[in-house]
Amino acid sequence: MGKLIIKEKEIAVPGELLAEGMDHLPGAGTYREGEMIVAGRLGLTYVDGRTIKLIPLSGVYIPKIRDIIICKVIDVSFSGWRLDTNGPYSAMLGMKDATSEYIARGADLTQYYDLEDYVVCGITNVTSQKLVDVTMKGPGLRKLTGGRVIEVDSNKVPRIIGKQGSMVTMVKQETDCSITVGQNGLVWILGKPANELLAIRTIRKIEKESHLSGLTDNIKKFLENEKSKLGGLK
Amino acid sequence: MSYSKRADGRKFDEMRKIEAKAGVIPNADGSAFFKIGNTGAYAAVYGPRNLYPRFLQNPKKGILRCHYNMMPFSGKGNRVRPGGSRRSKEISLVTGKALLPVLNLDEYPNSVVDVFIELPETEAGSRCAGICAASMALADAGLLMKDLVSAVSVGRVDDRLVIDLDAVEESYEEGPVADIPIAMMTNSDKITLLQMDGLVKKEQLMEVLEMAKKACKEVYDIQKQALKDKYKVEKQVAGEKNE
Repeated sequence: MGKLIIKEKEIAVPGELLAEGMDHLPGAGTYREGEMIVAGRLGLTYVDGRTIKLIPLSGVYIPKIRDIIICKVIDVSFSGWRLDTNGPYSAMLGMKDATSEYIARGADLTQYYDLEDYVVCGITNVTSQKLVDVTMKGPGLRKLTGGRVIEVDSNKVPRIIGKQGSMVTMVKQETDCSITVGQNGLVWILGKPANELLAIRTIRKIEKESHLSGLTDNIKKFLENEKSKLGGLK
Repeated sequence: MSYSKRADGRKFDEMRKIEAKAGVIPNADGSAFFKIGNTGAYAAVYGPRNLYPRFLQNPKKGILRCHYNMMPFSGKGNRVRPGGSRRSKEISLVTGKALLPVLNLDEYPNSVVDVFIELPETEAGSRCAGICAASMALADAGLLMKDLVSAVSVGRVDDRLVIDLDAVEESYEEGPVADIPIAMMTNSDKITLLQMDGLVKKEQLMEVLEMAKKACKEVYDIQKQALKDKYKVEKQVAGEKNE
């Protein structure tokens, strides 16, 4: 009979024994060693039926298929654009996936996306060698103009977005800014300068206090406080 | 003459006092501090990240680069000349080899993981402290790892087998001394580093290895606790999964 050694939602360090016996299955971040399931990284244990998973708490962004990310154009080639994903691997945006406009043969591609431009794109494919293909065709995928881009811990992105986007929606409304959060930890913010700064402070606070319960209420209070200090939004 | 009592009053199988802390360098992807007695080591991990020049890339797996450095003021004697030396190059190499067996770098092809170990104070056992700090920092960086690496130096002073030699014991003059740094994957009891400076008999070596196993377990518990302490707060919200 299999036995669960560790409790659910506990921190496991690499090499820690999670379960014994064949009744449980090793999920992401864990591996099987003989009859045992062992932690293969540092993370939070999560038992899903028979499967034991580890939720990462730290680490750089590793591209995953279907992620929506914010990237910077770092190179322009004959057939497309190379993008920096804020992780160890760069992504390729092909001409076909770049825009619905007609691109003439031999056209200068910088007129669509130039070097240093930021774009919101979706990952369509990641190969075993971590070659990443992205597309710009889809709802909300576009070139970003104006505003500013900040970097946050990509593991905290779910907290910044909140349940069904509740957190980011609140920050957007309260600061009167347009905000796009990329799964790779880049956040784009556009609004009046003072409001942008407030939004950045708020996001930094969310990032710092992401582990506290009642986060949404705290942030709401924080925003109201800050706004009254500023004398309302400009 | 026999070595009947240790200079600092420790028992023969007792280590110096150990302190460990994870997440000490905010700019790094993972970091840790490990101190044993008067030997302290900071380790910072960057990566996996892009690797250039490109000919260094390995399409089958990521590579690990280790860098061991003693700060100029770290020793008890003369100032350590800054920059790499023959000794630091050797220790960087063996540190990398001690850590590589636990890392699963297959998941990060064409990239590099950089480990920087800096020692602000040293008094024997610095490579072991460096390895302990580095293994914690790698775990803190969220890399895929099979196990943590724990290290300790063991050896003999005259006719006694001892754990965790300090500087006085390493330079004991009234009898032969052997210094044996050992690094282990504690959960699977596998040795990833075994060096020896000095002479021991085969039986003594076998005995001292058993002592090292026990000591590594203690080190492992401290490393594990330090990592858990850093992330303890994250637990509270585990239930509130969202996307």
